[in-house]
Amino acid sequence: MFDIDKWQEIIATIKKNKLRTFLTGFAIAWGIFMLMVLLGAGNGLSNGVGSNFEGNATNAMWIWSRETSMPYQGLKAGRRIYFDMKDYDEIKKLDDIDKISARYFSNSRTYSFKNEYGQYTTQGCHPDYRDIEKLNIDEGRFINEIDIQYKRKVVVIGKDIKEALFKGIEPVGEYLNIGGVLYKIIGVYAESDPREGAQQGLIPITTAQLIFNIGDRIHNLAVTTKDISKKESLQIEKKIRTLLAANHKVDVNDTRAIGIYNSLENYIETMNIFKAINIFIWLIGIGTLIAGIVGVSNIMLIVVKERTKEIGIRKAIGASPSSIIGLILLESVFITLLAGYIGMLFGISLMELINFVMEQQSSAASSSDRGQFTMFLNPTVDLRIAISSLLLLVGAGTLAGYIPAKRAASIKPIEALHNE
Amino acid sequence: MIKLNNIHKSYVMGNSKLHVLKGINLDIEQGEFVSIMGSSGSGKSTLLNILGMLDNHDQGSYYLNNQQIKNMSEKKAAQLRNELVGFVFQSFNLISFKNAMENVALPLYYKGVKRKKRNIIAMEYLDKLGLKDWAEHMPNEMSGGQKQRIAIARALISKPKLILADEPTGALDTTTSYEVMEILKEINNDGITVILVTHEHDIASMTKKIIRLKDGQIHEIIRNGDLTNFREAYTKELETI
Repeated sequence: MFDIDKWQEIIATIKKNKLRTFLTGFAIAWGIFMLMVLLGAGNGLSNGVGSNFEGNATNAMWIWSRETSMPYQGLKAGRRIYFDMKDYDEIKKLDDIDKISARYFSNSRTYSFKNEYGQYTTQGCHPDYRDIEKLNIDEGRFINEIDIQYKRKVVVIGKDIKEALFKGIEPVGEYLNIGGVLYKIIGVYAESDPREGAQQGLIPITTAQLIFNIGDRIHNLAVTTKDISKKESLQIEKKIRTLLAANHKVDVNDTRAIGIYNSLENYIETMNIFKAINIFIWLIGIGTLIAGIVGVSNIMLIVVKERTKEIGIRKAIGASPSSIIGLILLESVFITLLAGYIGMLFGISLMELINFVMEQQSSAASSSDRGQFTMFLNPTVDLRIAISSLLLLVGAGTLAGYIPAKRAASIKPIEALHNE
Repeated sequence: MIKLNNIHKSYVMGNSKLHVLKGINLDIEQGEFVSIMGSSGSGKSTLLNILGMLDNHDQGSYYLNNQQIKNMSEKKAAQLRNELVGFVFQSFNLISFKNAMENVALPLYYKGVKRKKRNIIAMEYLDKLGLKDWAEHMPNEMSGGQKQRIAIARALISKPKLILADEPTGALDTTTSYEVMEILKEINNDGITVILVTHEHDIASMTKKIIRLKDGQIHEIIRNGDLTNFREAYTKELETI
C-alpha cells in the first residue's frame, strides 16, 4: 500500500488525464457534499424540534395493569394482573423517582349532601397525586400523610361536585355521604387546565382499601421523575417494567399486561419521525454517491483500456494478476477518497458556516422574542457520521475499481502486446 | 533446457478454427542461439508465445528447465516468466511514463527487490549497454536502437536463463540491427539461451541454429555447419530478385 512505485504510477496516470480525473472526482465530491448538507439539515431540523421538548421537564408516567398476553414461567396468558402496595413501595425506592401515587377507582358511587345527590367516581390516592396531576386546591387542603396513616375518612371534592351538590354552602368541614359512608370534606380541587372537568372525590388510598375491602390492591400507579434526561427516563421506564414484571410473574415484553404511558413518548415519536427522515436522507445521499461511483468505475474502465498494453508488458515481465488488481484498485480508492474528502470538507464547512450565522442571529434576536417555536438548530454533522461516510467512501472506491481491476487482471499479455 | 513434444495450438476465430501449430517437436539446449524463421502465418510468433508462457498450448508437452509447463495459474506463470525468461519485442514495449532506469528496474520490482537496490542494479545494466547517460530520459526521447537496448537491459536484469526476442530488429535500420545482434551474441556468450523470431535472412544467419517453420510445422533445421550454405543460398535468393 505504501509502495512509492505504485503511488508514482497512480500520480503519473492522474497527471496525464487531469480533466478526466477532475470530472470523475467531482461526481464523488458532489455526492458527499450533498450527503453532508442533507444530513446537516436533517440534524438541524431534528435538533430544532427536539429543543422544544426541553421545556417540558415534568415527566409523568402512568402505569396500569391488564390481562397477560404471553404465557410466562408456566403461567397461561390471559391472567388478570393487579398491582398492590408492594409495587408502590418498591417503585418509590427507585432512583430518580420524584412523586408517586397509587390509585384506586370506584365508579358511580352516589354522593349525597342533604337533599342533593349525584353519581361520581371516587379515587383513592396519595398526597403526591396533587403534584402529578397538577391540581389546584381552591379551598381547604389536599390529602396529607396523616390522613394516609390513620386511614381517615376525608375527601377532596372536585369543583363540579361542589357546584352540583353544595348550592351556596361552603363544603369544607361538611360531611359528604358517599355510598353510605360519611366523609369529612377537607378541600375542593380544580384541574390546572380549566377545560378538564373536576368530577371526582379524592380520598386517601388507605381509606379506599379499607372501605372497599380490597386489601392492599391498587388499580394504577402515577409517577413523576426528577429532572433527568430523556434517556434516563426511558431507563426508569424499563426499570419499573422489569420490577413489576418480576413481582407479578409477567414477561417483561408483555406490554398488554403492564402498560406504561410515558409522557415522553410524544417526544420519542417525534424523534422517530426524524429517524425516518434521516434514513431517507442517507438513501438519497447514497443514491447520489452511487452515481459518482458508477462514474469512477466508468473512467477506470477507460483507463484500463488505455493501459492495456502497459498491463500486458507488466504481465510479460512477471506481474501477477493480484498486483495489477492492487494497482487499479488503489488508484480508484485514491481518487474517491481524495475527492470525497474534499466534498466532505466543503459540506461540513458550509453547515458550520450556516450554524455560525444562525447563532449570531439568534443571540441578537433572543432579547426580543423568547420562547418561540424553533424549527432549526445546530445544523452540523457529527464526527461519527463524517467518519462513517469516509469509510463508505473507501468501500465505494473499492467497489468502483473492482470491475475494471478484474478486467485488467484478465488481460492476456499477448493480446495486449499485439494491440499496437 | 527446452523440450517440445508434439505441440498443437489452434485459435478459434468466430465459427472457424485456425490450426496454427500442427505438432512441433523441438529440443533446445542451454546456451544455444536459435532463430525461428518462416513466412507470416507460419506460427513463429505463436511458438515464441508458448515458449514464453504467454500462451497455452492445446496438445503435447512442453518442458522448460525440466519443469512441465501445463495448466499453470496466471500467478505461477508470471513468477516463472519473471525468473526464467526475458522478453525483447519488436516495438520495444517500454512503459512510456517511466524513465530508462525505471523501465529496466521493473522486473526487479515484481521480484520484490527494494527500490534503491534495484535502481543500482538497473544502472549497472544500463552501463553495460552503454546507456548510463540516458538513465533519466523518457523512452520518447530516445532512438529506436537505444530503446531496444533498454528493453534488452530490462530482459537481462532478472538474470534469466532464456531470452525470447520477437523480431528484435524489425523496427530498426541495418546498422542498429547489427548492433543489437552483437549485443544478443554477447549475451549468448555468457551462457544464456537466446531464441529470436525474424524473417530477415541476414539476421537469422548470425545465429547458430535456424528453425524454419512452414504451415505450423518445422520445415527444416539449419545447424551451425550448414550456415555457410544457407548464407550462399540466401545471397543467391537475393540476386534472383
